[in-house]
Amino acid sequence: MDPEERLCADTWTKSSSGCESLNTPPNISIFSDFNSQQQKWENSSFHDFGVTVQQQFSDFNQLFGAQNSLSCNVNNQKQMSDPKDKQTCDAHESSNMQDWDPRAMLNNLSFLETKIHQLQDLVHLIVGRRGQVTGPADQILVQQQQLITADLTSIIVQLISTAGSLLPSVTQTLCSESSISQLGQFGGVTNQSAGVSDNVPPLNNNVNKVEDHSDLTGYFGAEQNCPIEDHEMKSDDDADEGENLPPGSYEILQLEKEEILAPHTHFCTICGKGFKRDANLRMHMRGHGDEYKTPAALAKPNKESSSEPILIKRYSCPYVGCKRNKDHKKFQPLKTILCVKNHYKRTHCDKTYTCSRCNTKKFSVIADLKTHEKHCGRDKWLCSCGTTFSRKDKLFGHIALFQGHTPAIPVEESKGSAGPSDRGQCSEATNKVEQLEFNYKLDAPSRSACQNIMDVEGTGEDPTSYFSPLGFDTSSMSGFHEFPRPPFEDSENSFSFLLSGACDYPPKNGRYTGSNDLV
Amino acid sequence: MKKQKLVPEPPNFSRFDLLSEEIVFIILDFLNENPLDKKAFSLVCRSFYAIESRHRKFLKPLRSEHLTKVLNRYPHVSTLDLSLCPRITDASLGVISGSCKEMLRSINLSRSKFFSHLGLSNLAVNCRNLVEIDLSNATELKDLAAAAIAEAKNLERLWLVRCKSITDIGIGCIAVGCRKLRLLSLKWCLGVGDLGVGLIAVKCKDMRSLDLSYLPITNKCLSQILELQNLEDLVLEGCFGIDDDSLKSHKLGCKSLETLDMSSCQNVSHVGLSSLTSAAGSLRQLILSYGSRVDLALVDSLQKLSMLQSIKLDGCQITCSGLKAIGNWCVSLTELSLSKCVGVTDEGLSSLVTKHKDLKKLDITCCRKITHVSLAHITNSCTSLVSLKMESCTLISAEAFVLIGQRCQLLEELDLTDNEIDDEGLKSISRCSRLSSLKLGICLNITDQGLIHIGLCCSKLKELDLYRSAGITDSSISAIARGCSGIEMINIAYCKFISDRSFMSLAKCPKLKTLESRGCPLITSLGLAAVAVGCKQLAKLDVKKCHSIDDAGMIPLAHFSQNLKQINLSYTSVTDVGLLSLASISCLQNMTVLHLEGLTPSGLAAALLACGGLTKVKLQASFKSSLPQLLIEHLEARGCTFQWREKIFRAELDPKCWKLQLADAE
Repeated sequence: MDPEERLCADTWTKSSSGCESLNTPPNISIFSDFNSQQQKWENSSFHDFGVTVQQQFSDFNQLFGAQNSLSCNVNNQKQMSDPKDKQTCDAHESSNMQDWDPRAMLNNLSFLETKIHQLQDLVHLIVGRRGQVTGPADQILVQQQQLITADLTSIIVQLISTAGSLLPSVTQTLCSESSISQLGQFGGVTNQSAGVSDNVPPLNNNVNKVEDHSDLTGYFGAEQNCPIEDHEMKSDDDADEGENLPPGSYEILQLEKEEILAPHTHFCTICGKGFKRDANLRMHMRGHGDEYKTPAALAKPNKESSSEPILIKRYSCPYVGCKRNKDHKKFQPLKTILCVKNHYKRTHCDKTYTCSRCNTKKFSVIADLKTHEKHCGRDKWLCSCGTTFSRKDKLFGHIALFQGHTPAIPVEESKGSAGPSDRGQCSEATNKVEQLEFNYKLDAPSRSACQNIMDVEGTGEDPTSYFSPLGFDTSSMSGFHEFPRPPFEDSENSFSFLLSGACDYPPKNGRYTGSNDLV
Repeated sequence: MKKQKLVPEPPNFSRFDLLSEEIVFIILDFLNENPLDKKAFSLVCRSFYAIESRHRKFLKPLRSEHLTKVLNRYPHVSTLDLSLCPRITDASLGVISGSCKEMLRSINLSRSKFFSHLGLSNLAVNCRNLVEIDLSNATELKDLAAAAIAEAKNLERLWLVRCKSITDIGIGCIAVGCRKLRLLSLKWCLGVGDLGVGLIAVKCKDMRSLDLSYLPITNKCLSQILELQNLEDLVLEGCFGIDDDSLKSHKLGCKSLETLDMSSCQNVSHVGLSSLTSAAGSLRQLILSYGSRVDLALVDSLQKLSMLQSIKLDGCQITCSGLKAIGNWCVSLTELSLSKCVGVTDEGLSSLVTKHKDLKKLDITCCRKITHVSLAHITNSCTSLVSLKMESCTLISAEAFVLIGQRCQLLEELDLTDNEIDDEGLKSISRCSRLSSLKLGICLNITDQGLIHIGLCCSKLKELDLYRSAGITDSSISAIARGCSGIEMINIAYCKFISDRSFMSLAKCPKLKTLESRGCPLITSLGLAAVAVGCKQLAKLDVKKCHSIDDAGMIPLAHFSQNLKQINLSYTSVTDVGLLSLASISCLQNMTVLHLEGLTPSGLAAALLACGGLTKVKLQASFKSSLPQLLIEHLEARGCTFQWREKIFRAELDPKCWKLQLADAE
């Protein structure tokens, strides 16, 4: 058994038996205002999360220990200094891109397996605990239950995001960034609490969550109430300007950056696959057994009974200083989760999507790009004064109004209507693909001879097989499709940008089918 | 014009020197009838040549090749009609704009091909005084061409009929550029919609006449158009986008409007019409052909039009009460057209014509229900009729036609095609001494006896149609030719008994321009030669199915008929030689040669090559493969279009059989 895994198991056994003994002084200082039971659960969740991160980290170690002279041992972090730590992480990340070991992947998989078992244990424990609890007032009981569910979901979410980061094609912001920051924080914590050998939880990362328990429950409750629709509601984040709810009449929820940027919000508790929509998850669940096929399981989760008044939920942006942040003087809450997501991406994230037609407009929400692309280049109605109009009647209104202005005839009329820009784009895209294949062929000598041109072409579309190193059988990769697959668009990595560029044309065709074809 | 005989210098004193140039100009003004007259005049002497060169303002060349020379000779040309030139390129337009400059005021480029916006722009920039441009049928021209026209700032009249590729943008350019426009025809400009027309209404406030036929426009621009203060003539034929709902929601109406054409606007009923005409108090002519049903409601809605003089309801379904109501209008109509109206009865028509005694023009073509009662009422009350068209009023008995000659003696135009009229009727009609156009096609009851009277009395006759009036023989044609020497058009198609004698007598009609003698088997080359010699102005000749005509007829035709533009030689005995000889007619543009037994591909190719001015040739489809492709391409580049026909030979029918067949087909 891996040392890490043993470690995890230890954590769990300890936490289930009572974790006071494990609590390190910093933990206690932070959670001192909770009663011991709550604290215990909190801790266990944090331990769990900490372990997850550690696991990731140690995997990196396993992977690159051989090449990287700057090997670091997570379990012996006290030896590391801060800048060194950072450097190492960066090195890890970059080397992760270059060399990827399927064995590590298998390790991670088995880790996930055990993790799921642990989760099951936790659920059992909850059942057990319910029986034990006697005496306390109803309200406390409810509160505790809420807390437990919150923790449980938190664990699941963290588990999934970790699992997602294991996928080779994941070059996604969430995982890389979060792992860096976590590692950084980790290092920081390690420095502060030198001498703590293991199970140091990345506390900073979860402080907010601890401060506001209702956060997560609210989050999931809201998910159920408002099914996520991708495009329609995207302008909502500014639409509630006029809403004047008196402060205090609503409940303020604040999601974490990671949660906001997570590609999926509904996760299968059995295999961990992520979904954007609750209904899709329920459809998926049917595959896990007959118990999920009952009408009750397939039914839309009921809203909470309307008899008790529900406090209106509003959301706060986690970005400090933002007007949508609850600490802002003129705080204006956001209405829905979707508003939060779009607001955060639009306001606090880089605009990574560039319009391929005009090459000037950039967007951080892909739906915005799509909307723009619908109209980009449509400003074809031109006046002699140089003003362009997207609508012909507007141009004629303008001309009717001003003396001496006259409609300008577009240049293409004399040349013919075939759009040269389109062709350019197309060839650009093919260039990219060719380039990609060329890169690929550079590695070719080290490849097994049996790989034919079909495979090479496949790489243009299938990042999985591209990343797979020499001799790796793509068919064994098929299992990975069970894991949540973050879309390419989220990647900041230049390489996957190339990929997505190549895949752009024709759109959506075989973004993932490529690998299936190979299998 | 090219031939220049050098007249010897007059001796020291020429009597013509006494005439001032102004007087010669006035004399020249009267030499307009025959183009050859001026030619002859200019050949008299050098001074006449120079005077004629300075006098000519109007030019209608047949070829563009000589434009440079011609325009050098006539420096004062202000009107240029290029519609007969098969090929006008940007270079030709460059020559015109270079030599005419500010003198040019009007140019007609309809039917001209091969030029682009570059030539137009050259023209508009150099000829600043251009007032009139006709660009009809320039289907290839795009908005750039329209933008080029917009440079002609003084433009007042513009025709863009069938310029299908011009859009709102181009019209917008014209609207902004040509602010002085008074007349604009956008018929069939399918790319132009509300926005373009609306902008015209906003920018061109001087607009007098606007033709918007078949445009995809709606009420949106109509309300703007009707705000034009000077608009007099508005054509909205076939504008399906205009309907009642949009019309009645606005209180429309243009006070200055005099003529309104709403033909084929099927979505407009009396509701929309009344709102449209309510304010148009000065409306004189209203055309509602092929529109909604003409009933009491519609007629009442038009009652307020106190200035109305003319109304055309062709092809409408019309009720008796509607006709009676028109009769009750307080205005007195001068023109009424009810052709092809379903529902015109004796009762309705009679009550109408008894009220409108001032009618000058009446069209009751194909009103098949009316009988002699109607004709009696018409002739009784409308004694000042000038034009009466009553083709195919088949229920009117032969005796009734006598009334026309007895009472309507001011008639100038009479169409009696496909009627029961007989010799008695014709004899009576011969009293209409002002008659200039008489159509007697498919009148099977008439014979020489009646027609001789016409020839004796109607000396002003210019048009005579005897199509399939089978009883006619040479003697009546001789009488016509003798009595009506000013005749310009005669149709004797399928009059089987017509022979060379008729042609020889017609040769004495020097003004004859159009001669149609299809299916007259007795006519030979001899007769044709006589016509060719005598009728120098002959422009259209149709001798289809005159089997006896052969090359011998072609040679004098080629020599003498220098004004011939159009010829149909199908089913004749003409061969390669005859066809090739026609090449000497420089005007020849339109040729139909189907089923010529003696014609070989090589002979045809030679003839086609030699006839440089051809614009349209109708040929048997079998020649398409036998003629060299390169030759066809060459001719097309010269401006000639080919029409390939796959007609099978059909034996000729007896006139009565033919008419029965026609009736069966209906």
